[in-house]
Amino acid sequence: MEHVSTSERIVRGVLIALVLVFFLFPIFWILLMSFQTNETILRIPPSLFFEPTIANYKALLTGRLETTAGNLDITFMRNLGNSVLLSTCAVLLSLLLGVPAAYAFARFRFRLGENIAFTLLSFRFAPPLLVLLPLSLYFKQLGLTDSYFGLVWVYQLICLPLILWIVRGYFEDISPDIEHAYRISGHSWLQTFTRIAIPLARPGIAAAGLLAFIFAWNNFVFALILASADKQPVTVGALAFVTASGIQYGQIAAAIVLSVTPTLLLALYAQRYLVEGLSLGAVKG
Amino acid sequence: MARLELKGITKSFKNGAVLDDVSLAADAGEIVVIFGPSGTGKTVLLRLIAGVHDPDRGAIFVDGEDMTDVAPDHRGIGMAFQNFALFPHMSAFDNIASPLAARHMAATQIREGVERVAKLLKIDQVLAHAPRELSNGQKQRTALARALAGSPKLLLLDDPLRNVDAKLRFEMRLELPPLLRQSGSTVLYVTQDYKEAMALADRIAVLIGGHFVQVAPPDEIYRLPETIQVARLFGDPTINLIDVTPQASERGVSATIGNTAILIGEQYRAAVGRASLLGVRPEAIRIGTAAASAIAADVVAVTPLNERLVTLLKTGDGREILASQPSSERAAEADSQVGLQFARDDILLFDKASGQRLKAVNGAGPS
Repeated sequence: MEHVSTSERIVRGVLIALVLVFFLFPIFWILLMSFQTNETILRIPPSLFFEPTIANYKALLTGRLETTAGNLDITFMRNLGNSVLLSTCAVLLSLLLGVPAAYAFARFRFRLGENIAFTLLSFRFAPPLLVLLPLSLYFKQLGLTDSYFGLVWVYQLICLPLILWIVRGYFEDISPDIEHAYRISGHSWLQTFTRIAIPLARPGIAAAGLLAFIFAWNNFVFALILASADKQPVTVGALAFVTASGIQYGQIAAAIVLSVTPTLLLALYAQRYLVEGLSLGAVKG
Repeated sequence: MARLELKGITKSFKNGAVLDDVSLAADAGEIVVIFGPSGTGKTVLLRLIAGVHDPDRGAIFVDGEDMTDVAPDHRGIGMAFQNFALFPHMSAFDNIASPLAARHMAATQIREGVERVAKLLKIDQVLAHAPRELSNGQKQRTALARALAGSPKLLLLDDPLRNVDAKLRFEMRLELPPLLRQSGSTVLYVTQDYKEAMALADRIAVLIGGHFVQVAPPDEIYRLPETIQVARLFGDPTINLIDVTPQASERGVSATIGNTAILIGEQYRAAVGRASLLGVRPEAIRIGTAAASAIAADVVAVTPLNERLVTLLKTGDGREILASQPSSERAAEADSQVGLQFARDDILLFDKASGQRLKAVNGAGPS
């Protein structure tokens, strides 16, 4: 056991607190903003004390924003629903395609194998804007513009390489002997894959899935160009708060709080998979 | 129980041939130990038999049936890996049950089968534990139990005692032979510990450099090793190998060590004048008083090794010789002059250039 003196503990506590303040203060500030009106947000000097209001959330949930300049329809809840739908479908499809592919790349040597894997990774090198113009033209021809299917497909550019490369590493870490042992005891190739490889790579699959979900959730340009208002996710939907009569800071803050919540909850839930020990103690090192 | 036959197995990886035209036959129920220094392809051979790798050339027959292209799950094999390869996310019970579960047995039958082998291997009290909660010895026993549980026709054991401590290894060396015989399987057992090989084997197949150098029962391997390498690998302390050139005299064929010519037997007449190595096991050397017929030597050091005394000696011409005697005998005094007698029947002669043992002619003496 490590022995820590009281003074050391205090110093450590203060330092950790400083780091936490640095990272969490913006989030905290946004949380405060979401309960304020535009007037209290923009006053100078800013103050921590104000009269809280839930008008921002109410506006988001009801879809009607009433300002002095007039009424504004907000499709925020629909955007949020789109985000959930698009990100979930994209990650599920990526897992379905990426996990078996990752296994193949990890276990088998085949012609052009490394090249294919690298090409898939290279999708992450190019800025999305580079492919957007040709992509939007193709999508028009194929009739995929402004469809959920088209967006989910494009999101594979984000999710698939991520899942493929992270999960591949986890598969490579599993001793092939464990799989050999399972096959020799009389199980088919498929059973070995589903009952040995996948469960043992689960922490990696969870981590990759979560990461892909966050990346898909945060995507902005693809949906901005390839979809219209009723298919767009929150990232694009938030643009609506930049109105002719000014920027609706309060609603933006409330929208951020609402849109961060799902990913935050997912991360908290998946955390236990992320830290779960891999094949500890199974193979003598 | 099944007869296993390997015919001309060749396997090479990127960095060269590992197995080169290897053939071997194991009778039903026989325990064959594949012995060799590390990196000679013992593990590769087992994996070829298990179907985890495919041979480049050659065929594998089980009971006369060609198994070369059969998938590993249909070969009816049980295998224990050197690194145990337990399924980390399953309990010891489920690990052992896996060959039975693969055959879709009823739950009660599976339970019976698992408990039977677990009791045999004394791990019935830890069946509910996950592999990471098991001690090394228990892991190794679980791996063995898993290999045995399906009552396979062919049992492949890849150095299963490698990763357990010395005490446990010794225990298992005694426990394993009856266990393996009871299993009724034909057993291929890989090890690089010659004592383990001697304790377990019906026959030992010595694999060196991708070839079987000698396949014979343990006592024959020990008494009549085919090559210098085999002679060196078996025995502790190792065999004494002394440079000699046999000569013919009116008394018979002799070799000169120090200033003493010792008779090595008429059967080695063919070796006269050839550069040879004379091999004699430490326990075949008697330490006595200096005499005309004995090889004069100085005692350098006496080391007691439990039940044996190992004496390092130096002859007049500077050769070092190890002698081993039961510790009940009187130890030679350090720095004293002694005379050495070699038991003539235990003298081996190897051709120095090829390393092959020189066979006696006319069947006289050890052959």
